[in-house]
Amino acid sequence: MRRLAVARAVAWRTLHNVFTNPSLFIPSLAFPLFFFIAFAGGLSRVSDVPGFDYPAGYTAFQFVFVLLQSAAFGGVFTGFGIARDFESGFARRLLLAAPHRSGIVLGYAVAALVRWLVTAAVITAVALLAGMQVGGDGVDLVGLYGLAVLLNGAAVLWAAGVAMRLRSMQAGPIMQMPVFLVLFFAPVYVPLALLEGWIHAVATLNPLTRVLEAGRGFLAGSPTEVAAAFGATVALAALFSVWALRGLRRAERAGA
Amino acid sequence: MTASADQTYLLARRSVVRTVRQPANVVFPLVFPLLLLAVNSGGLDAATSLPGFPTDSFVAFALAIPFIQGALFATMNAGTDLARDVQTGFLNRLSLTPMRGIVVLLGQLGGVVALGVMQAVVYLTVGLAVGVRLASGPAGVLVLLAFAVLVSLGFGALGAFAALRTGSGEAVQSLFPVFFVFLFISSMNLPRDLIAIDWFRTAATVNPVSYLIEAVRSLIIEGWNAQALALGFGIATAIAVVALALASWALRVRMAR
Repeated sequence: MRRLAVARAVAWRTLHNVFTNPSLFIPSLAFPLFFFIAFAGGLSRVSDVPGFDYPAGYTAFQFVFVLLQSAAFGGVFTGFGIARDFESGFARRLLLAAPHRSGIVLGYAVAALVRWLVTAAVITAVALLAGMQVGGDGVDLVGLYGLAVLLNGAAVLWAAGVAMRLRSMQAGPIMQMPVFLVLFFAPVYVPLALLEGWIHAVATLNPLTRVLEAGRGFLAGSPTEVAAAFGATVALAALFSVWALRGLRRAERAGA
Repeated sequence: MTASADQTYLLARRSVVRTVRQPANVVFPLVFPLLLLAVNSGGLDAATSLPGFPTDSFVAFALAIPFIQGALFATMNAGTDLARDVQTGFLNRLSLTPMRGIVVLLGQLGGVVALGVMQAVVYLTVGLAVGVRLASGPAGVLVLLAFAVLVSLGFGALGAFAALRTGSGEAVQSLFPVFFVFLFISSMNLPRDLIAIDWFRTAATVNPVSYLIEAVRSLIIEGWNAQALALGFGIATAIAVVALALASWALRVRMAR
């Protein structure tokens, strides 16, 4: 119970900071929307490429990428806040005050999730207004958003681990760049089968490819790679939970 | 050497040294556009099979993007460095000297232009290394470098204007998403006549960044396209002239003696 109380307090404070500070909230909302407009709008002719066979259309094809991207970056942006808390000295007081410190990590994760849910609601509304076709039923959509939630959790745990080890805003690129690379080395613009050369090899090995393909399958109503996608996201979340908790221990040892 | 030229040289050298001494200011503007080039050229290679696509190599088509993206980073670097000079009081101390405002500005932009040329050489070398051949030949390389200087100067001056007006590095950094919108809502990923969505094609057509990209692209994949080059150089010159005028005015206000 005390762990949950810590988590609730940390989450409330983080969310209060984010939603009352436009410079923190607007970029995390605007960037996915902008990517959606740029990709779904500017590249829609790519659906005419021979072999492009996604039944729900290019808008839906890009929506899934942008939804997953927003989930991942929602986690990373929350990591920036953790780094800021350490740099400002607030985290030091937090570590002194919290009876169960793992609740701190849980609180940041809850904040990342709530923050992303708001972004996801806006992106979904915009996509539907733009005429996105949804072929999947309710269960499929739960699968799609469930994958995004798991990805959000994995991303915030990754970013928390980095922030708690480096305890500086200088850690921003280290949190952001690997996530950016993993996202963009997946089949972003065309299905995996249409990629050729080195990018095909990299995308095939990239665990996010499974997540992206499963998400697109859910939205089109023809689920595919479901076990591999959920397996990959659960494994990433579990791995980064250990990474984040060990980061917390390291911050404790360093006296933050 | 006249006093003004001497002062410009000293400030330009300071700007270059300061840029080079901050690895993040050199590495990120070099690596990030190349990373995006790799991702886009790999992911969108299939788009070359669209009827009417002007080349069968997406790398050649996309190689123009880093040149313009690098200039956007130059804007941020120039603005952030100048904002730091405002915040630390360096500019106030300069205002106590008889140095002319335009000298301060040109000196500050020296580092940005030097980085712009270095970026252009790196992008071109990477392009040649992965098999891109300039349709415009060796003379096209010189035109490309001249264009890089002009674009870096123009965007660098825009960053300087923002820095002088706000006096805040954070405010300059917050301009980055705005420039990113200009870059993405352009013909960067597909030729304008292949953009299917009407409003997007219209936005790309009125977006000056499209013409900057198309000028560089014409040298790489077409050869000598007078219209594309005239539009590109014309718009880049206009941006540079307007931005330098705005930055000069902002500097006069900031350095009011």
